[in-house]
Amino acid sequence: MRLTELPKGIAAIVDHVADLHAADAVAARLRDLGFVTGEPVRVVATAPFGGDPIVVQIGSTRFALRRAEAQRVSLQAGSEMAA
Amino acid sequence: MSAGALNIALVGNPNCGKTALFNQMTGARQKVANYAGVTVERKSGSFTSPSGRQVRVVDLPGAYSLQSVSPDERVTQAVLQGRYPGEAVPDLIVCVADATNLRLHLRFVLEVRRLGRPMVLALNMMDAAARRGIRVDVAALSQRLGMPVIETIAVRRGGADALQAAIDDAQSLAAPTAPAVADLHVEVRALLADTVVMPAPTDRRDDAIDRIALHPVLGVLLLALTMFLVFQAVYAIGKPMTDAIADGFGTLGGVVGEWLPEGPLRGLVTDGLVAGLGTVLGFLPQILVLFFFILLLEESGYLPRAAFVLDRVMVSVGLSGRSFIPLLSSFACAIPGIMGARSITDPRDRLATILVAPLMTCSARLPVYALLIGAFIPHRAVLGFFNLQGLALFCLYVAGIAAAMLVAWVAKRIGRARQERALLMELPSYRLPHWRDIALGLWERGAIFLKRLTGVMLALTVLMWAICTFPAPPAGATEAAIDYSIAGHIGHSLQYLFAPLGFNWQISLSLIPAFAARETAVATLATVYAVGGDEGAALQTALAAHISLASALSLMVWFAFAPQCMSTLAIIRRETQSWRMVALSFGYMFVLAYAASFLAYRIAGWLA
Repeated sequence: MRLTELPKGIAAIVDHVADLHAADAVAARLRDLGFVTGEPVRVVATAPFGGDPIVVQIGSTRFALRRAEAQRVSLQAGSEMAA
Repeated sequence: MSAGALNIALVGNPNCGKTALFNQMTGARQKVANYAGVTVERKSGSFTSPSGRQVRVVDLPGAYSLQSVSPDERVTQAVLQGRYPGEAVPDLIVCVADATNLRLHLRFVLEVRRLGRPMVLALNMMDAAARRGIRVDVAALSQRLGMPVIETIAVRRGGADALQAAIDDAQSLAAPTAPAVADLHVEVRALLADTVVMPAPTDRRDDAIDRIALHPVLGVLLLALTMFLVFQAVYAIGKPMTDAIADGFGTLGGVVGEWLPEGPLRGLVTDGLVAGLGTVLGFLPQILVLFFFILLLEESGYLPRAAFVLDRVMVSVGLSGRSFIPLLSSFACAIPGIMGARSITDPRDRLATILVAPLMTCSARLPVYALLIGAFIPHRAVLGFFNLQGLALFCLYVAGIAAAMLVAWVAKRIGRARQERALLMELPSYRLPHWRDIALGLWERGAIFLKRLTGVMLALTVLMWAICTFPAPPAGATEAAIDYSIAGHIGHSLQYLFAPLGFNWQISLSLIPAFAARETAVATLATVYAVGGDEGAALQTALAAHISLASALSLMVWFAFAPQCMSTLAIIRRETQSWRMVALSFGYMFVLAYAASFLAYRIAGWLA
């Protein structure tokens, strides 16, 4: 499952961040910010006017991500649970 | 070891309180704000250590990693690696981390440690950590990191004393002693597990506020309400103070006028200095009220939330949610706004933001608006509690915003299809604004305004008074004396260009100094009408008597869109390294302003 498919308020565990193309700077930045294997993640809010971008809680930090960015983040299967 | 000054560099993630710590250590007057992109250039200050040594501190832009993405991160990277021209490799790196956000910040600490330079970790915001029940085993952390770890509270007096004392010891310290680690994230988790107790990953207060601020409906309402209240407050709080200052200067002009002998000197003092500069000075309270609210919003941490709420709309017009923060500072002044655009990683988004930033109504236009609104829009309540004058001001601001959206949209249409643009924006913890940082910010703005007033505006006002007064009319002149002056000639010839917009020659003349500093338009009009014989009458009364409502509306519209002042053009040149961008900004704004004023004048004349 991708981070974009995670319903609001449900916690899950990050599996990995996939590069969309060679030298994907966005993917590298996501990993720097803590989107790495085993990290708990949760969608905190979705924006007005179409639900893009979303706000994601990772570690003790909140980030606003566009769906195109969040799509790179894969979640561990079966790790979802109501927060 | 040399006995000279010690060079230290402050680095850290954005929002770690690094700039506040810098202020605390050096006492430098520098802007602190709770969002990324304030420290867009390296700034330096100095202090004397407890042992009497001179210490020079460089405050570097916040960075998430040393693999640079944005222009400001590149500065940090270059200085730390000793590749920045004219900047020596720092003797000591002080890495600042927010104690409430160690999962993110420790990774950067470990990355900086890889440089192998002498290093100290400042564990900042220990007060917030204590409030949330977060406990850090400082001794263990220091031992594991192989570097001194010092607790700091940047916003409290004396909150950096321990750090300053540690810098004395740190001189003798070599590079960090801990072994290198392969995976930084794995190491951070191990460090957190062994040395930090964190009851909850988030602050309950943040969660509660975010439930409203990030809500799809309530969040939008909150943003609209906040913006509207700010602009109403500029009028409700600032206006009475402005009136009091104007009255004071009116009285002063009368008193001084009686003391001085009849002649050019008296004219210069009463018409030029008191009437001209006094009128501009009167707008200082309104400018400060506006700045107060912008500083308050910056410090609180709310702005990135607003950027998130607006991202979709901004993208649809060809900007980015990130553009919101530089654009909001442009309401104060376009110059910090254009510089702040450096935090936008995408080059096209950044260029589009720079292009439209001057359309945001800057505080220098406030005097012009306030003068015209005061003279032409009745002071009346609308719908019970809105003030019609405040509403008119709000409309002018909205006109600027709408124009910016239109221009960005057109630029997007013209521009080629581009690759993906990232948002990736941190939403920092909310912070109660610190009174000292707000006061410093206001003081700084007030000082800049007064410096401009006594510098460029004073010079221009004297010059304007001189060309309004000389040469004296020839014997047997039939027209008013001012028509024979240099100003009269220039104004009359400019009027050919501006007559279609309903500008009389006095207004046309005032547009020239406005290009150097917009507030001077007010001073010039005051001088022209004072020299022209409306002695004693307040400028607002003189304007109401001499120009029509249609002309006044047209002039307001002109100022909403007109080409920015010289300093803005200079900063666009510096930031984009391109004269083409300067010509483009100037050109499109001139055309836009001319067309909009023309329409406003015709429509208002037709309705009247």
